[in-house]
Amino acid sequence: MAAMSLLEARGLTRHFGGLKAVDGVDFTLEEGEIHALIGPNGAGKTTFVSLLSGRVPAQSGTIRLKGRDITRVPAHARVHAGIAYTFQITQVFAALSVFDNVALAVQSRGGHPIAAETMAALGRVGLAERADQIAGTLSYGHQRVLEIAMGLALQPVLLILDEPTQGLSDGEIATFKEIVRSVVPKTTVLLIEHNMDVVMGLADRITVLNFGTVLATGTPEAIRADRAVQAAYLGG
Amino acid sequence: MTMGRALSLHLGVLAALLALHFAAPAYHHTNIARIMVLAIYAMGYNIAFGYTGLLSLGHALLFGAGLYGAGLLVYHAGAGAAGAMLAGLLAGGAMALAVGLLALRTSGVAFMIVTLMFAQAGYLTVLYFGAWTRGDEGIVIPQAARAIGSLDLSDDGTRYLVALTLFAAALLGNLALVRSPFGRVMVAMRENEERSRMLGFNPFTVKLAALTVSGLYAGLAGAAYGLMFGYVGASLASVQYSILPLLYVLLGGAGTVLGPFVGALLMFYLIDYASAVTDAHQFVTGAALVLLILFAPKGILGTLRARGARWLP
Amino acid sequence: MSFGPFLLLALMEGLVTAAVLALTASGLSLVFGIMRVVNVAHGAFFMLGAVIAWFVSEWMPGPPALAFAASLIVSPLIVGAIAAMSDTLVLKRLNYEPEATIVATIGLLYILEQAALSLFGPDARPVPAPFSFRLQLPWFGYSGYKLAVIVAAIVLLLGVWLILKHTKAGLVMRATQIDRDTARAFGINVDRVYAGVFAMGAGLAAIAAVLIVPIQQAHYLMGGDPLLLSFIVVIIGGLGSLRGTLVAALLIGLSDGVISTFFAPTLAKIVATLAVALVLVFRPQGLFGNRTA
Repeated sequence: MAAMSLLEARGLTRHFGGLKAVDGVDFTLEEGEIHALIGPNGAGKTTFVSLLSGRVPAQSGTIRLKGRDITRVPAHARVHAGIAYTFQITQVFAALSVFDNVALAVQSRGGHPIAAETMAALGRVGLAERADQIAGTLSYGHQRVLEIAMGLALQPVLLILDEPTQGLSDGEIATFKEIVRSVVPKTTVLLIEHNMDVVMGLADRITVLNFGTVLATGTPEAIRADRAVQAAYLGG
Repeated sequence: MTMGRALSLHLGVLAALLALHFAAPAYHHTNIARIMVLAIYAMGYNIAFGYTGLLSLGHALLFGAGLYGAGLLVYHAGAGAAGAMLAGLLAGGAMALAVGLLALRTSGVAFMIVTLMFAQAGYLTVLYFGAWTRGDEGIVIPQAARAIGSLDLSDDGTRYLVALTLFAAALLGNLALVRSPFGRVMVAMRENEERSRMLGFNPFTVKLAALTVSGLYAGLAGAAYGLMFGYVGASLASVQYSILPLLYVLLGGAGTVLGPFVGALLMFYLIDYASAVTDAHQFVTGAALVLLILFAPKGILGTLRARGARWLP
Repeated sequence: MSFGPFLLLALMEGLVTAAVLALTASGLSLVFGIMRVVNVAHGAFFMLGAVIAWFVSEWMPGPPALAFAASLIVSPLIVGAIAAMSDTLVLKRLNYEPEATIVATIGLLYILEQAALSLFGPDARPVPAPFSFRLQLPWFGYSGYKLAVIVAAIVLLLGVWLILKHTKAGLVMRATQIDRDTARAFGINVDRVYAGVFAMGAGLAAIAAVLIVPIQQAHYLMGGDPLLLSFIVVIIGGLGSLRGTLVAALLIGLSDGVISTFFAPTLAKIVATLAVALVLVFRPQGLFGNRTA
């Protein structure tokens, strides 16, 4: 029998009134992979990862993390189970210092001693010199990095990144790719992305969502060659 | 880190208050003792409101729990002051826990109304059971009960020092709390609850813990107020006493440790002077609330901190 | 008097309470429904309505009916003006942010109560009823004026409903309620609408007070109970639903009348207060409101 997948979602469904945001999605994540989630705007990508992270409760379907059913587990508990989520629109604690932002993540994980572990986490993403700076005064790119640093400081088994490179410069994107490559395979990465260069360059596998359902799953080459995906999303 | 400066400031304030013990004339002596106890109450409120973002309109319930917890024990069961104060402290905490379990299922405006309603129900209950609580008339605490060991609480000097001791403990405890990891979580919850949740913190338990600590402070203040000033009455559990800590905290600076004391000190004397000039001191309270919320919602120390004194806890 | 007629008396008293409560609460409901503002000073507006009625009755010569008629017009106008001013000077500047607004209305409450205390005094003072004829029922006599109050309240509430549903002003109000920004984009002066709604809410409370003051007396603290009861009505009926408000007012007015007759009023108030809290905790949409409120 094949090794257990890290995450298995079966028949995941979430409607909002009449809108079928996520409609009966089956999804499997293998341990240690970098998996990209792509699709047109409104395809249900953010809703889908919100279901996985617990931000939004599923209406039907199941989610298993390392075999354990976490469908009914609340969001904050899923963090302790090992799922970290970084927001599409940066949600750092703007009024707190960079240090405090990451310290919160370290604290949550139970890291000891908090100060040392926080500085180490900041060092890994290159924000150590800015530890005392107020997060709201950081540049947009640095705030995105801080957001990722908070996720990493949780030492998750699954890191979900929601459009992490949006608004970043090329240099910042390069740094981002390095950070992601450095955390696998210990951490599995699921990222929503619109930037095809990033997707093709990073992803081991890609899933395409459209209208709340899975259009295709496979390696980057397979997806690029897929006719249906080309028609719906990649523009021929 | 900046702990050194902050600690020095707070110890300095305590030292100044100690010095006042020897320097201040009798009238102000009693006033400052009263203000210190009210400041403990306001600090408790600040822990819930200023630091965690829970705007409660029902803290009089917690103050009253301490007040009547201590007062009834002394009046009906003949307990000593020390035991009564401990009972009041615990009563405040227990009441906060009970109310929090229900009220924290709501948030924002609903939370304000729910806490207001619970406090009103508490106040009315005190009136309803007037046979035991003596309702509006209140209970005068017998002289004999107002003593901890050899310390006579009805004596101005002793009372001031006991109040100062309690205030010091409360102040330093507050400082330690807000600098602690849990203090960081409280602030995070206030700043961005969703983000805090997604970092693994349970909003309900964090808020409940903050509210319970707030209740412990309020209960201690209520018990101390009744025992030290010798009177336990329904008016001290009325809605007025839910508004007062809010006012003190707003004026002094929500989310700062010394803010509640500064606010209590200023507001007390403001109303005191206004009462001497005119009967219309309620106007002062009302106008202060409106002006503060319009023009200075951060309060005195809050504005100071925003303008550069970032190290102020 | 045997139990049956006693109950009838309690119910009729309850109807009077319900009528005045419906008027007062609809003012609160309107303000919350359209502006999303919880006005803690609503009871103070009520009290001012009664206090102004007293002043009018003192200064106006002639039969009490004349003074009463004048109060019905003057009182809501003055109170409405004060409300509109408060909205423009204070609430608008706070951008109607919920917590700040509540703190501001608490401050307003203190100011208004103080004003009444200073200008009117701490005593309760009676205001003469416009007429006093008694309706003689087989078991007891009942004040004709009280019945007139019920009728007046129904007429006024019908008027409010007509304004909301069938006039341009009402349409503008409803549009602003649904989406403030879109209304603004359509050229609606939202600031003026809000001031008007706030004034209307206060005016309704004032009129209710004018109606009830010949039965009760005017006192600077008389706003407390109507405030609490209006809160209860609006929350149980569902914030923002006028129909819910009316049904809840009927329910609570009648039960308050009955309970206060047979049990201690303090106990009734304790139960009512806890009921509000528990409804908000477990069923925040009340009976008729929508979850989004």
